[in-house]
Amino acid sequence: MGVREREFVASLESLPDIRSFVLEEDGAEGRLPPRRAAHMDVAIEEIVVNICSYAYEIPPGRLTVRVEESPDAFSVEFLDNGVAFDPLSVDDPDVSLPLDGRDAGGLGILLIRRMMDEVHYSRKGDLNSLRIVMTAGGR
Amino acid sequence: MFEMKFAAEGGGLVAELSGRLDARSAPDFERDALAAADGLEGERGMLLDLSGLEYISSAGLRSILLLARRLSGSSGRVVLCGMAGVVKEVFDISGFDSFLPVASGRDEGLSLLSGRGA
Repeated sequence: MGVREREFVASLESLPDIRSFVLEEDGAEGRLPPRRAAHMDVAIEEIVVNICSYAYEIPPGRLTVRVEESPDAFSVEFLDNGVAFDPLSVDDPDVSLPLDGRDAGGLGILLIRRMMDEVHYSRKGDLNSLRIVMTAGGR
Repeated sequence: MFEMKFAAEGGGLVAELSGRLDARSAPDFERDALAAADGLEGERGMLLDLSGLEYISSAGLRSILLLARRLSGSSGRVVLCGMAGVVKEVFDISGFDSFLPVASGRDEGLSLLSGRGA
């Protein structure tokens, strides 16, 4: 329980380390039910991939991950100092289109929205902050 | 860790996926699956058996979409079976199960591929 924070290189190579930092470090795996841990697993990848792909004009930059656990909530904040971008400003893709009309754009943020109980974006100085929250009574 | 094994069964090519299909493994999956799709001769498409798959993200979905497009260009198709747990949730949320046929198991999947099933 409590708060832990670490800085990573914003690159796909860091994904396994970020994953284990959030999901396994400090006994976290014992506190998340397997289904919720799987949801968090998906959300972590989608956010990290997004930051690694778009946030930096000259990749790779840095990415700070801050985990805050309480009896009521499991919260993870991702901070990058890349270009300002609010992923929540993007419309959800139309998931009813047939094969010919589909592309995979926007599916990542849709998965995050549907699997997390809360998603918050804010601009903090020169940082993008995306905070995802799973609550104890959540989905 | 991601693995894909191929088996030719009853008029269709079956690809058994296992492990994690994520942004790191998707490029290899995409290359191998597209190569297999291009190499199809008598078969009408590919059945993806996902019963061993533990995890998929939007990167994996993107690769499956590309595979389905490649096959539909040659009047073939992709059929899915074996989704469970978070893999099934990801397919449900993305709506991919609305344009890719989902079979209850391998037998039904193969009959969908060969055009015998509904």
